[in-house]
Amino acid sequence: MLYFSKFRIIFIISISLLFIFIASSNILKFSNSLLNKKINLGLDLQGGSYLLLEIDNTPVIEQKLQNFTISLRNYFKDKNIRINNIKLDNQKILFSTDQKNKQFILETFTDEESELNPYYPRFKSHQLEIFEENNFFIVNYSRQGLIELKTSSQDQALEIVRRRIDEIGTNEPNILKRGNDRILVELPGLDDPMRIKSLLGKTANLTFRFVTNNAEDSFGAEKLEYEDESEEAMVSKRIILSGENLLDAQPRMDSETNETVVTFTLDRVGAKRFGKATSTGIGKQLAIVLDGKIISAPVIRDTIASGSGQISGGFTFQSATDLALLLRSGALPAPLNIIEERTVGPDLGQDSINAGLIALIIGFFLVILFIFVKYKIFGLITNLALILNLLFLVGILTIFEATLTLPGIAGIILTVGMAVDANVLIFERIKEELKSERNNLIAFDSGYTKSRTAILDANITTLLAAIILFFMGSGPIKGFSLTLGIGIFTTLFSVYFIARLLTALYVSKNKEKGNLI
Amino acid sequence: MIAFNKYYNRFNILSISLVTISLLLLIFKGLNFGIDFKGGTLIELRSNDQKITTSSLRDNLSQMNLGDVSVKNFGNKTDFLIKFENNSNKNVIEEIKLSLDKSFGNNFSFRRVEKVGPKVSSELLKSGVIAISVALTLMLIYIWIRFEWQFSLGAILALFHDVIVTLGLFSLLGLEINLSIVAAVLTIVGYSMNDTVVIYDRVRENLRKYSDIKIFELTNTSINETLSRTLITSITTLLALLSIFFFGGEILKGFSLAMIFGVIFGTYSSIYIANPILVRLNVSQKTVLREESKN
Repeated sequence: MLYFSKFRIIFIISISLLFIFIASSNILKFSNSLLNKKINLGLDLQGGSYLLLEIDNTPVIEQKLQNFTISLRNYFKDKNIRINNIKLDNQKILFSTDQKNKQFILETFTDEESELNPYYPRFKSHQLEIFEENNFFIVNYSRQGLIELKTSSQDQALEIVRRRIDEIGTNEPNILKRGNDRILVELPGLDDPMRIKSLLGKTANLTFRFVTNNAEDSFGAEKLEYEDESEEAMVSKRIILSGENLLDAQPRMDSETNETVVTFTLDRVGAKRFGKATSTGIGKQLAIVLDGKIISAPVIRDTIASGSGQISGGFTFQSATDLALLLRSGALPAPLNIIEERTVGPDLGQDSINAGLIALIIGFFLVILFIFVKYKIFGLITNLALILNLLFLVGILTIFEATLTLPGIAGIILTVGMAVDANVLIFERIKEELKSERNNLIAFDSGYTKSRTAILDANITTLLAAIILFFMGSGPIKGFSLTLGIGIFTTLFSVYFIARLLTALYVSKNKEKGNLI
Repeated sequence: MIAFNKYYNRFNILSISLVTISLLLLIFKGLNFGIDFKGGTLIELRSNDQKITTSSLRDNLSQMNLGDVSVKNFGNKTDFLIKFENNSNKNVIEEIKLSLDKSFGNNFSFRRVEKVGPKVSSELLKSGVIAISVALTLMLIYIWIRFEWQFSLGAILALFHDVIVTLGLFSLLGLEINLSIVAAVLTIVGYSMNDTVVIYDRVRENLRKYSDIKIFELTNTSINETLSRTLITSITTLLALLSIFFFGGEILKGFSLAMIFGVIFGTYSSIYIANPILVRLNVSQKTVLREESKN
């Protein structure tokens, strides 16, 4: 165990130098882009906001099923089958039919070629499930159908969330999917997430609809509140224009009224429709509805054929800017709820870094002092290995551009405390061997050999705990498991290569001396 | 040589009572779950006005209909930690900001805000419990592969002892259980195992070497032979942890405290639980050799 070839010695020295170099790149700036890597600081250290959003798919499911009832009725109408008592209840469609048609309907739903109910051959499942209960058919989304729906609404929502956040222009946001109905947003450096929260909290579903007087509008009408909750109005369900037809929206100051407004530009289809609606509807009120609330309902005075217009509604400049931003970035497919929020201010982050570093330096110093007092020259060797161990750890974190969190720093400090264990095991074993063995070389050699299984056992158990934490833990805790886990490998390397090399050199020079350790 | 084995019985009684008391505490007093596991909102405030106290803050917040609000100093007199349970108001943090600014002037900085919804907190609790269970199972499998069943039983009992007593102490002192405590418990699991395995390695080695020494004596020899390693490693680990506890800031206090308890209990249990079990199970040279002839 004590023999090192020249090649190996050179290998160990160069690896050590390489890692010292890499670790130092966190402090010094290198022009070389290859090494221009740095450890990222977690949100808890650099400050920032972490938001976990959950997509509420209920309205999407209900809307889709609502649309499906229409296609269902039409589909069977073409086949001369009457569908009775159709209704939507708690994300289920219920309907009944004559006894003789039941078999046909069931077959239509369960046919793999079905036009009505798409089949996913990969998952061996239809989009919708049908079953019969008390002479009623009940149709609802199958498990796979629900997954498809959620995934697609998550994709759309992710895109919209990204656009909205990009519009605000925060620093390197991190926007990720979680599961099939969640979106994780990390915003480094942001210490007040209020504006982003309010922007993400809006679906931004914009529609232009006529205000009607009679509730018997052929498309149906609904009573909607104004944004400021002051009044209500009956609004037709017929949608003249929706947010999808918008090309651009900008906040502006209206020079005539001195009011902040949002101007918008429509695409070709939108402009045509808007022109037609404004020419036939002169004198009528056109309600601008956002997320089920009326922003304003101006009276149409002229035909607007230019494909642009403006929305007024008592905006402040901030609220007009936000509305324009929401309209530009598009509507969310479904409402988002913030189910977890963690924000750390930059000064607390800096305090945590300082506290972490002080704890690291003090902990490191105490351990080094203790080991030196205990083992003298071998203590020095252990300590040198410990310092290199720390540099290796920092170097590896740098290479992978890992994220360092406060618990991550705790993991490093803990690694310092536990890293000496392997060397202690070895040295204590050597001491025992020296009791029965006069030859220093043999005693050291067997000390290394005999302590090996215990060292491996000890490190594997800690590694197991770190791996579990890495896969089960979240955010900062992941950072802890990462440093703890990497620390085990760097510890083994520093013990078996660096400390052993130094020990070997020292022992072979002093093999004739008594009482080496 | 220290006669550790003289006190096997006495310390076993102590361990059994500690575990029993801890279990009773866990059942009847329960754990003080933080917002990670219970849901709710946490706000860390720093005021630059010395006159603001926890009670004046509490008075102000109690008018806001937040339910049960707890206000505590956090680390020093001008830092406060406010906690309250989940409520449906989405803008609660903004409203608190406004209300505090109105009553105390613009004297606060919001250093940290955490809001965990009921769904997330129950998921975090579940994944924490799963993580600890998976860790214990993996340790069980590992030790079962590495050692004979008598050793496995001893190591696992030592492990359960450490986890239960540490949690019991947290219950007794009413300390908060959050995500970092789960990390601490898992690290304790690793550390306790580590410590036990080192002594067991030596016990097994000695069992192979000496056929005439009774297990009662043999465990004592093994403990003594590995004692200085046990102590040195515990001391360096504790030095590192104490440094985190005293200098690492308020946020890491709970974590380092749990680890400190865990390291102390882990060191104790690898001597006084892991070894007496081997004595009680009458482990002998045959136990080790039989297992080997099978392989």
